[in-house]
Amino acid sequence: MAQIIVVTSGKGGVGKTTSSAAIATGLALKGHKTVVIDFDIGLRNLDLVMGCERRVVYDFVNVINGEANLNQALIKDKRCDKLFILPASQTRDKDALTKEGVGKVLADLSKDFEFIVCDSPAGIETGAMMALYFADTAIVTTNPEVSSVRDSDRILGMLQSRSRRAEDNLEPIKEYLLLTRYSPARVKTGEMLSVEDVQEILAIDLLGVIPESQAVLKASNSGVPVIIDQESDAGQAYTDTVSRLLGEDIPLRFTSEEKKGFLKRIFG
Amino acid sequence: MQKPVLELKGSSFTLSVLHVNSTDLPLLLQELDKKLAQAPQFFIHAPLVLNFSAISGEAIDLAKLQQTMADRQLILVGVSGADAQQQQQAESLGIAHLKMGKQNPLPPPAPRVCKIVKQNIRSGQQIYAKGGDLVIFGAVSNGAEVIADGSIHIYGTLRGKAMAGASGDNNAVIIAKTLDAELVSIAGQYWLAENLQQHGAKSSGCIRLNGESLIVETLPD
Ligand SMILES: Nc1ncnc2c1ncn2[C@@H]1O[C@H](COP(=O)(O)OP(=O)(O)OP(=O)(O)O)[C@@H](O)[C@H]1O
Ligand SMILES: [Mg+2]
Repeated sequence: MAQIIVVTSGKGGVGKTTSSAAIATGLALKGHKTVVIDFDIGLRNLDLVMGCERRVVYDFVNVINGEANLNQALIKDKRCDKLFILPASQTRDKDALTKEGVGKVLADLSKDFEFIVCDSPAGIETGAMMALYFADTAIVTTNPEVSSVRDSDRILGMLQSRSRRAEDNLEPIKEYLLLTRYSPARVKTGEMLSVEDVQEILAIDLLGVIPESQAVLKASNSGVPVIIDQESDAGQAYTDTVSRLLGEDIPLRFTSEEKKGFLKRIFG
Repeated sequence: MQKPVLELKGSSFTLSVLHVNSTDLPLLLQELDKKLAQAPQFFIHAPLVLNFSAISGEAIDLAKLQQTMADRQLILVGVSGADAQQQQQAESLGIAHLKMGKQNPLPPPAPRVCKIVKQNIRSGQQIYAKGGDLVIFGAVSNGAEVIADGSIHIYGTLRGKAMAGASGDNNAVIIAKTLDAELVSIAGQYWLAENLQQHGAKSSGCIRLNGESLIVETLPD
């Protein structure tokens, strides 16, 4: 049985797709057979971030509708043979996702994969609800600002009440906080909430803190998940995040302002 | 505005009811006089209702009965439990026919319930404790609402809305380990965040009604 992980947030543009791509890649690099599914029907961009947009023939909706089978739609990652991508449809609307259809696809994937990572669309509409409904684990992606925290809180309520685990009275979804686009300097000036502030409000376990980083945009522009860029702070932070997801106890990094060394102070 | 000359309002009164178990007038009068002798003050000028349910279908001389009661300074205001003919007779004499209310007293009020919720209440969620108190082991987020007909106890931070005494109980209170609420209300009297902030930022608190207005007190540590 695969572990189904939803990467969700409520608010848009906080880094769900970036995180889904990085975490799925990280899990696969550690040897776990992983598939990452784009639930953002009509606004697909996971395939861009994964650098496989030119290889999309069939998509998630085709599989749900029985127009293609899973093997035809799954795209094998070109960097890691344990990693597969199930892209979203660009042309359908989000109501193409039905509980039965999604449930069937996830059940089929469960037989083959260790991890199924679901990249949720923003909002609390059908697509987001379908992405979280079957989840065992939720990675609540949050930016350190009030409206993002508020939306994450809302999503946590949905995880508790509108998921399969809630409806069937099973053990609740394991909820993790992933703080992204974190900028210690802006926390210091009071422009952003601190890790502690966000944790105090959301009161769930912290899975990781990803710093605001140039490397993210660079990576997605070249279609390479940022976790591959191990020179970068964001790449390293995602690696730590994946390790924690697998149960390792690793201290936080990149949460305090980088102390400028002597040479850096002189040369900028 | 001028007060209307006539106003119609419902009220309920307690009336003494004489249960008439015989149509034999002389016998009835004899019994009546006996009762009057026992407690004359109780009966003089008292409005009385006659209950005919034991003599349903039998003929009784109501006019005569009314007259003899009037002689004894008793005021007959109505009959109840009368059959059709007895009702007609009462009507022609200008006596009201009264429907008997339910004899059994009101059922005792249901025991007050206490609803305990052991989780954080998230934005968009609403919890209502109907007919009782609400206890939350956790925080109430911004955008969440907790409501109770009784009191609300929050063992965590109240950031959202809390409404106690939702169906009018003035004695309800709201207690929170940390008060940082968007709104608190008791029996419809409410305070917004800005009113609460005057109390001092983010300490524990007990909110209750003092007459018409809310007061908040910090809890002892
Ligand atoms: N750690 C980061 N540092 C800098 N930029 C970032 C970081 N994470 C994400 N971004 C940028 O933020 C933007 C939104 O990211 P992404 O598409 O992953 O968000 P999303 O939550 O999936 O958005 P949507 O809700 O639209 O699906 C992108 O331009 C991405 O490059
Ligand atoms: Mg996205």
